[in-house]
Amino acid sequence: MNVLEFSLIVWAGSLIAGFLGALTGLGGGVVLVPMLTLLLGVDIRYAIGASLVSVIATSSGAAAAYVKEGFSNIRIGMFLEVATTIGALVGATLATHVSGGAIATIFGLVLIGSAYLSRKPRSKEEREAPQDPLATKLRLNGSFPDAEGLREYNVQHVPAGWSLMFVAGALSGLLGIGSGAMKVLAMDRAMKIPFKVSTTTSNFMIGVTAAASAGIYFSRGYIDPALSMPVMLGVLGGSLLGTRVLVKAETKWLRRVFSLVIVALGIEMLYKGLSGKI
Amino acid sequence: MSTDRSWNDRKMDIFIGDLLRAGVLSSALVVLVGAIIYLVGNGRSPADYRLFHSEPSDFRTVRGVLRDAIALRGRGIIQLGLLLLIATPVARVAFSIFGFAREHDHLYAIVAAIVLLILVYALVFS
Repeated sequence: MNVLEFSLIVWAGSLIAGFLGALTGLGGGVVLVPMLTLLLGVDIRYAIGASLVSVIATSSGAAAAYVKEGFSNIRIGMFLEVATTIGALVGATLATHVSGGAIATIFGLVLIGSAYLSRKPRSKEEREAPQDPLATKLRLNGSFPDAEGLREYNVQHVPAGWSLMFVAGALSGLLGIGSGAMKVLAMDRAMKIPFKVSTTTSNFMIGVTAAASAGIYFSRGYIDPALSMPVMLGVLGGSLLGTRVLVKAETKWLRRVFSLVIVALGIEMLYKGLSGKI
Repeated sequence: MSTDRSWNDRKMDIFIGDLLRAGVLSSALVVLVGAIIYLVGNGRSPADYRLFHSEPSDFRTVRGVLRDAIALRGRGIIQLGLLLLIATPVARVAFSIFGFAREHDHLYAIVAAIVLLILVYALVFS
């Protein structure tokens, strides 16, 4: 295979990765890492570098649209980024002391369990929960465009959400990928934030988490320009397509796609954890 | 008061959205230029990423990337575009500090400043 053919294949795969990443708030790594390592035989370190590039491209490309259209909540994102970035630093420091395999296995099981939960739509009482004093004080409550116009929402359980975000950050520092899934779950399940706001705000945040570790990977030589080039251009195109679909899509379908993708991510994590390839 | 607040929030959303778009589009453009130069010169050589041999220092330091990009080497230009891409979320956090301060939302100006500090710490001390 020559460079041109290889680049075209990677570009096409990245288009799908970016599309799913923007739609689910997970970034493109879920699709990209197994495609590069298992199908194309790329070394895992180059694949992680390329996946990092894809997360930043998906995040920034899609967030531009989601923020402007009023889906992502900038205050929720900013407030929780404090937790994820500190978590990422702690995770990166711990990475040399703990077994990545065990953590990947546990994380994989958690994801498969959560996939079942996240398919269920929220009940009417949960949707109309009263204002939480802490969330009000932090100005986290907001609104987003729905089929019937703007819909207001009240954020719940701020301390639990913040703690889960810390765990999400630590996991990304420890395992290199997978922080988007925990972010969506923390916002959707714990904080009772509407699903579209959860995925788009996660999408808004993952770029910052990835940028925090980009320095290390860049200086270690994980980011290969020739490999990252088709990844970045493909992911960007796919993510712009994804934003158009999300805006109009029914939440029911988005939940289904999300739970399928996190089952795949869970299996990926179990495979990594049990085979010791981490 | 509440309408005034949401109007300001709207302006902030549009500002942040435009900033992200500008960062992503300019980095994509730079990567595309590098891609064309690289593929014209190397498109027919065999592709091999099976073995990891770390990148040469040209692609691992900001100075090396700039030197290669100025010399119009394809991969140097791509790497410069990737650095611009990595800088985009960092710039977003930095500009949010000013945005929130102009909105007189001091709490969130401080929150954004904390995030920026952690980010800079992670980028510099890693």
